[in-house]
Amino acid sequence: MGNFGAGDVIAIDLRFRRVASLRGGDKMKVKQISVFVENKSGRLCEVTKALSKESINIRALCIADTSDFGILRLIVNDPAKAVRVLKEEGFTVATTDIVAAEVPDIPGGLAGVLEILGKHGINIEYMYAFVGKEKNNAVVVLKMEEIEKAIEVLQAANVKLLRESELYKF
Amino acid sequence: MIWNLEYESMSRPRLEELQLKRLKETINRVYERVPFYRDKMTAAGVKPDDIRSLDDLKYLPFTTKNDLRDNYPFGLFAVPMDEVVRIHASSGTTGKMTVVGYTRNDLNVWAQVMARTFAAAGGTSYDRIQVAYGYGLFTGGLGAHYGAEMLGATVVPISGGNTKRQLQIMRDFKVTMLACTPSYALYMAETAEEEGIDLHALPLKAGVFGAEPWSEQMRAQIEAKMGIKAIDIYGLSEVIGPGVASECLEQNGLHINEDHFIAEVIDPDTGERVPDGEKGELVFTSLTKEAFPIIRYRTRDISLLYTEACPCGRTLKRMNRILGRTDDMLIIRGVNVFPTQIENVLLEIGEIEPQYLLVVDRKDNLDELEIWVEISDRLFSDEVRKLEDLEHRIKNEITSTLGISARIKLVEPKTIPRSEGKAKRVVDKRDLYGS
Repeated sequence: MGNFGAGDVIAIDLRFRRVASLRGGDKMKVKQISVFVENKSGRLCEVTKALSKESINIRALCIADTSDFGILRLIVNDPAKAVRVLKEEGFTVATTDIVAAEVPDIPGGLAGVLEILGKHGINIEYMYAFVGKEKNNAVVVLKMEEIEKAIEVLQAANVKLLRESELYKF
Repeated sequence: MIWNLEYESMSRPRLEELQLKRLKETINRVYERVPFYRDKMTAAGVKPDDIRSLDDLKYLPFTTKNDLRDNYPFGLFAVPMDEVVRIHASSGTTGKMTVVGYTRNDLNVWAQVMARTFAAAGGTSYDRIQVAYGYGLFTGGLGAHYGAEMLGATVVPISGGNTKRQLQIMRDFKVTMLACTPSYALYMAETAEEEGIDLHALPLKAGVFGAEPWSEQMRAQIEAKMGIKAIDIYGLSEVIGPGVASECLEQNGLHINEDHFIAEVIDPDTGERVPDGEKGELVFTSLTKEAFPIIRYRTRDISLLYTEACPCGRTLKRMNRILGRTDDMLIIRGVNVFPTQIENVLLEIGEIEPQYLLVVDRKDNLDELEIWVEISDRLFSDEVRKLEDLEHRIKNEITSTLGISARIKLVEPKTIPRSEGKAKRVVDKRDLYGS
């Protein structure tokens, strides 16, 4: 008894660090909303009209589509309200956690981020990017299955991740 | 030609005497051997001895597809399993199939009534009959097969599908008669045109077509394109399979094989029998079946009966071609499909309150089934891949449940029309019964 080995101490230490990073990481998760839209004329317009009626601002969007339907992904200034509004309008809506990384708007800016993720074997489900209003940096929105691990490695590599409050104003 | 002159052209009084004798035997048999029938008769206050005339049949309770489901798989069989030599099955309204059995004698009766069918369409032992109905649990293939063999014809048991090969064999083997669904016959005719095969130049003379409703317009089309007589046949596995009734070359109503089956037409709402010549739901009672006797089975098919004598010499009553259904069953490529089967699949996938619509169309004479499924929050994903996986899962489940493939289309909520809160489940764009 009382004879702790060096290994035990290190293990405890690592556990503390992990908890700390998870707490920090949670704040780095950002809400994206997704809307199911059939491929027929006018549907996108109706989504955007419903949002504008409630003064919800779209910061970024991307559409993934098949021959029958599309998935409209949106970053808005008030995700909870947007979900409510769209559901009231009869849309199928989901909320997803994503990571928004700020990358320098220069050649190779994005490559640097992707390299880090690739090195750690993190798969990207999808991504899209937009450029900010004032700053010279771009924002890359990343959807990954292993989001906690991604936050950890990106932060460790000093990639600037945006919190919700920062992102919606970006 | 009349295959069984004695029975098919028996005087009505003698036929009715025979029917009554057989009906009494059947009722005694089910009362003694099938608890379901005994219980139902007891509940209705009827004993076998109460049935003294054919008219007394109306006192017996009906049997429905749900009764068959409740007794799945063999609960309505009236013989021990060692006497059952064949099983067939058709779609049930839910996950369970409707299962029927045959003794050796039942198979013989079935072959006899199907031989009558081919003979009534002009068939003889000199004919070569291509059976393009599906073989398997479905009664179409094997029913036609053994009937054609009983007739002494040369049977080509090709089963369904592979249309180019069908046409090649039809031409090379000098096939004279074809047995398949009418829509498949039309599809074959159009494929023949594309392939440059002149069906009019082939010895093909007649087709016996059934397992799905069709119209006079469709008959005219098939006859013109194929240069044949197109004969309508009727049957359902619950009664025996194909061979319950068939047209003669007069093509004016289907003669019911009344020495084996009694047909009634009822008002589907009240259950009361309607007079001959009036439209209603067909109800059948088997008279000679051993393994799976059936009493007053409600087919849900709408038709009417003719009692006038037919110039062909048969004295058997005729039924009109099927005019519709009293339920929402669809027949797609010869396969019975109930919307509830789709609902079950969606429930199994994890949908809680599935909203769906079956859209059936006929393109190039082939039935196509498209299933619209409203995407709920529960099944929705922000990833295309996951939604495509979902479509594939539904598609595969439906193919394995129904035995036919369907195109799945995910749609937005509230896309499917609802009337008074109840969703419409079927849009059938085919003109099945003739407009």
